[in-house]
Amino acid sequence: MHIVCNGRQQEIDQGKTLGGLLEDLGLPADSVVAEINQKIIDRDQYATLKLSQGDQVELIRFVGGG
Amino acid sequence: MLTIAGTEFSSRLFVGTGKFSSATVMEHAIAASEAQMVTVALRRVDLENPDDDIMSHLDRDKIHFLPNTSGARNADEAVRLAHLARAASGSRWLKLEVTPDPRTLLPDPVDTLKAAAQLVKDDFIVLPYINADPVLALRLQDAGVAAVMPLGAPIGTNQGIQTALQVAIIIEQARVPVVVDAGIGAPSHAAQAMEMGADAVLVNTAIAIADDPIRMAAAFKQAVQAGRQGFAAGLGASSTSTRASSPQRGFIGESLNFIEE
Repeated sequence: MHIVCNGRQQEIDQGKTLGGLLEDLGLPADSVVAEINQKIIDRDQYATLKLSQGDQVELIRFVGGG
Repeated sequence: MLTIAGTEFSSRLFVGTGKFSSATVMEHAIAASEAQMVTVALRRVDLENPDDDIMSHLDRDKIHFLPNTSGARNADEAVRLAHLARAASGSRWLKLEVTPDPRTLLPDPVDTLKAAAQLVKDDFIVLPYINADPVLALRLQDAGVAAVMPLGAPIGTNQGIQTALQVAIIIEQARVPVVVDAGIGAPSHAAQAMEMGADAVLVNTAIAIADDPIRMAAAFKQAVQAGRQGFAAGLGASSTSTRASSPQRGFIGESLNFIEE
């Protein structure tokens, strides 16, 4: 199924969790904040939250700024 | 000691983390600045470069984090970014920036006030970046912000305190700390803001793009300390008519009057 992750179309397996997606991307869960369809997801839900077809996933982290 | 929202800071220099040539340089510059408050921005993870994580270079035991809402063009976007920042940092502290025009990056006063009121309700500690507008500064204080951050000049211009008169009025009227932000391009600018009675300054570009950012960070630390000391010591009044520093009698001149005294 398809999701949109950080503006990019991505094909993922049925039943993939948010935590599984982060693992595939090589991102430690504690280094990012995830928003799905503009709703912030608590970190303790990453491991169990299953992604759905068409989900808009935003993975966000701190960068240098003034 | 500077106190903002009940938290004490012994350093009055806040440092931004943007534009550094490397994370290592940034880390050393922050150490040299002795800043205890640093700003960070939120952006999408670069999925091509997932290891690029600024947080691994900042020691949160020593440094207080001030996430900003840079990139927000209106109040709604700023509020959304603020909640993301709180989820990412676990902290209520926020530098509120609403900049609709990417050319000038000047802050939108109407949406800044609107977002500030909402975020105070949402239990954030809000430090809004504003134009040097004394009336807006008061309105924001009424809305419950923890400090105000008037600009000296537009972001990244290094033009110094172009807004000195308005900043002076903001300081005179302030019931919360005043942090002069943006435009500070040289240590002397930071010293000037502190001599005027600003509670702190925020510097990013001037340090990050210096030939030697670590040395520049140390220079800003000294300038902020010197400016604060100057303010605390009480500056003498300025005047347009001359007032001699040396005694006006006993001159060694043609008359040699002093011999006769």
